[in-house]
Amino acid sequence: MPRKSTTKRRTSGRTSEVEGEERGGVRPFWSGTITFGLVSVPVNLFPANQTTRTSLRMLGPDGEPLSRKYYAEKTGKDLENDEMIRGYEIDKGKFVTITDEELERLAPEKTRDIDLKLFVKEDAIPPLYFERGYFLTPAGNSEKAYRLLAEAMKERGDVGLATFVMRGKERPVAIFSDDGILRAETMRFSDEVRSHKQIGLPEKKNVSEAIVRKFETLIKKKAKRTFSPDKDEETERLLKLVKKKQHKASNVVQIKDYQRQDEGEPVDLIQVLKRSLAGKK
Amino acid sequence: MAARAIWKGELKLGTNKVPVKLYSAVEDKSVRFHILDDSKRNRVKQHMVDAESGEEVETKDIRKGYEIEPGKFVILEEDELEGLKPEPSREIEIGEFVPADEIPQQFYERPYFLGPDGDEKSYFALAAALEKQQREGIAHWVMRNKTYTGALGGVDGYLVLSTLRNAGEVIAASELPEVTGRAPTKKEVDLAKHLVSMLEGEFDPKEFKDEYRERVLEFIAKKAKGRAPRLAPVKTKRATTSLDSVLAKSIASLKKGKRAA
Repeated sequence: MPRKSTTKRRTSGRTSEVEGEERGGVRPFWSGTITFGLVSVPVNLFPANQTTRTSLRMLGPDGEPLSRKYYAEKTGKDLENDEMIRGYEIDKGKFVTITDEELERLAPEKTRDIDLKLFVKEDAIPPLYFERGYFLTPAGNSEKAYRLLAEAMKERGDVGLATFVMRGKERPVAIFSDDGILRAETMRFSDEVRSHKQIGLPEKKNVSEAIVRKFETLIKKKAKRTFSPDKDEETERLLKLVKKKQHKASNVVQIKDYQRQDEGEPVDLIQVLKRSLAGKK
Repeated sequence: MAARAIWKGELKLGTNKVPVKLYSAVEDKSVRFHILDDSKRNRVKQHMVDAESGEEVETKDIRKGYEIEPGKFVILEEDELEGLKPEPSREIEIGEFVPADEIPQQFYERPYFLGPDGDEKSYFALAAALEKQQREGIAHWVMRNKTYTGALGGVDGYLVLSTLRNAGEVIAASELPEVTGRAPTKKEVDLAKHLVSMLEGEFDPKEFKDEYRERVLEFIAKKAKGRAPRLAPVKTKRATTSLDSVLAKSIASLKKGKRAA
């Protein structure tokens, strides 16, 4: 039986910081092409998960907003993004630098293509492998090819599998057809998932039928048909405290001439996805 | 080498208790980079500065605030934040049991292996019972000052506890508008289904290999010796427009490949 897809309604007020966001619009997390056979479907990729944890802002002694800055360890000088580079430590304190461009060019196909060479049934992948979810939206007039792939996969009850390179890391990915939308779930490689042997758990013991049945009875007694996800209660508790303090006007500071710094506007992911699905930039 | 347990607790099912140790079931094997100062090739550090003046603010002077509207903050003191933390507990409370395929993949976050901690009989019996019933237990617990929701299941006779995302953390496809634009024809969908069926197979995680990891490390080794190869730029493909002829070609070339094999 295929695993149930997510059908809950959205709760209000969720925001998220989309990585790679720049002033004047939200850039996709990754852009490239899904291929199956000789068919190419250009797509943009956006996160399907977001944080509900309220990020508290770091403030100075008088409540003035702070930003996190990188600085050079030796000189103490603050550094802008274009003044930094990635380095791999080959010896203690000795680095080889590598640019984003080099990382991309090291795997020219895999950084641009999700080549679906294998399709499996929707429930064939153990949840252990799933890492993070993303939605794919059509790009470059690919709507028809996009809908074709989504329809064919839905009718066969299949997911497409491939590996691809995103942000300097190769990962397996499963493409699901979900309510007419293509959803990508990045996965872990088999050598990134440990076995009970590797962990060193004791050998499996045979236990008496009676004790297994005792647990089965317990499971049946507390069986429920459907899963309903929890709310983020920790955040709710925090917001309650914020409201209480706001009412009492206790410890509320207003910054004059406030301008948002480089922390980035919180982004409503749903709006970003809707715009992208409607073919708007 | 045996892994070290990261936490110890007790599964609580009604009046039954099963003591367990918790181990991470995954490890990230990606190549690790450091961020360097480009001009000096030295390591960089982070600090907090006043957003306006750029002046450094020491850690002991940092306060935390929630932004209620742009530029307006409610400051939360350390003891207030401390008071919000959940009560520490060793209990993993199992509430209800749902069919294993009822939890959408999108909710699974991070898996942990549980190992027995003294009572092997109950541990293996519970794992066997969950597998037999094909159900997962919905778990709630507090670990390192954070509350967690998880799914407890049996995998090959052992217990696996995966943390689950909360309702707000998952966007469902059903919340998004349909893709508009030209619809494929029935003939095209049939051809595409045929193509997909020819590519169907079994899921074998070992088939996926991280070749990129090796390639990056090799390139770094060459670069360290001053012999970095030149790399060609990356090209982007265009959308296929004449779908039915390309689908037919794809199917034909797959058939040919099978005959040759």
